[in-house]
Amino acid sequence: MRFRRPGAAPPADDVADPARGIELRGVGHRYGERVVLDGVDLTLTERRVGVIGSNGSGKSTFARLLNGLVVPSEGRVLVDGLDTRTQVRAVRRRVGFVFQDPDAQIVHPTVAEDVAYGLENQGVPPDERAARTAEALDRYGLAGHADHPAHLLSGGQKQLLAIAGVLVMRPARVVFDEPTTLLDLVNARRVAELIAGLEQQVVVVTHQLDLLDDFDRVLVVDGGRVVEDAPPGPAVAAYRALMAVR
Amino acid sequence: MTLTLYVPGAGVVHRLPAGVKLLALVVLAVALFALPSVTAAAAALAGVVAVGLLVARLPAAVLTRQARAVVWWLLVLLLVHAVTTDLRTGTHVALRLLTLVLAAAVVTATTRVSEMVRVVERLCAPLRLVGVRPARVGLAIAMALRFIPVLVERADRIRAAQAARGGTARGVRALRTTVAPLLVQVLQMAHDVSEALDARGADDDPPPRRRSPEVP
Repeated sequence: MRFRRPGAAPPADDVADPARGIELRGVGHRYGERVVLDGVDLTLTERRVGVIGSNGSGKSTFARLLNGLVVPSEGRVLVDGLDTRTQVRAVRRRVGFVFQDPDAQIVHPTVAEDVAYGLENQGVPPDERAARTAEALDRYGLAGHADHPAHLLSGGQKQLLAIAGVLVMRPARVVFDEPTTLLDLVNARRVAELIAGLEQQVVVVTHQLDLLDDFDRVLVVDGGRVVEDAPPGPAVAAYRALMAVR
Repeated sequence: MTLTLYVPGAGVVHRLPAGVKLLALVVLAVALFALPSVTAAAAALAGVVAVGLLVARLPAAVLTRQARAVVWWLLVLLLVHAVTTDLRTGTHVALRLLTLVLAAAVVTATTRVSEMVRVVERLCAPLRLVGVRPARVGLAIAMALRFIPVLVERADRIRAAQAARGGTARGVRALRTTVAPLLVQVLQMAHDVSEALDARGADDDPPPRRRSPEVP
């Protein structure tokens, strides 16, 4: 049990306000002289948000802003009212992040150990950790692979493992950065179905446009700016029109 | 290629704490060198094989694979001793080494990497006094085991890509043409992995005495 000094500030999670969603206020970001995002003002409260754009448009940087992997050069990003600049740990506990390449995300030699890794970081007791790991492996079709070396899994299984390793931490929101890009059609469909079934708020950066059919909102990013912000139909049409003239 | 030798099981050897198994391994090593008897070394070898096959119920292939890996070393040792000392001493040395290799194989095949890592973390605990974070040491070991096969795979991929484009370099030159692109990939991967560690809360384990500042 942890005790707080009288008068000390409450833990960051105590002041989180889930109703606020993800807020980007005057956000810009640059790598050296190169501007990758500029003047982004958004509030994301929808359950399913898609982000599309050409290569180098700034969408991956956009995704990384949402859980504090990248801190904006200008402006603020708030998750449930928590600032990614000053409360990054609390933000990361609330926002899971799934990367494009699962090989870079799996850090332990065997499947079960990797799923349990995030729970260890959260300080989850061993018994609960084992139970939640087993449940996650079962849910994501990896139960028979618990003690298998992670590098011997197929590409699809690795991506499922990467997703299980994030979702077992029970984040309130999950950001996916091109989760199906390296997968074949069958595995891409499995991952798409998995994302569709999640209860959490989900932000997906993707080039797979049909993944967004049932989404609530889609942002089109181009040249570091959000140039379209609409439901999937109009947003995808605007993106196609934008790409057609390149 | 796999560095993970764990074979799932629920027997008594699997259930023993990793620290106990590692301690037993150390005791065995000391005993083998303390007892100057070929018979004792042969008995120890038989005991280790019996524990591996009958108590831990490991597949024989787990032990034979490890034995095959050192068989040439054993033969060289035997030969060197036969020439420089005598065959009995050579047999003794070879038996000791084989016993230790198989005992280590039994321990690694019955112990998860995470359990081993926790033992290392406990052993490193006193180093907290000089600012070392044992959890980081454990993570480094686990990541080394995880990423060595990945790097081998990447190197194979680079060589295959070069061969597909007519690359015929062999030996030292092949090493040179592989190392540069591999290094670039390793650095890129290191960046990606560090992001993944951050995203999964790797930094949520601050040292007890000195709390690192929040990322600006």
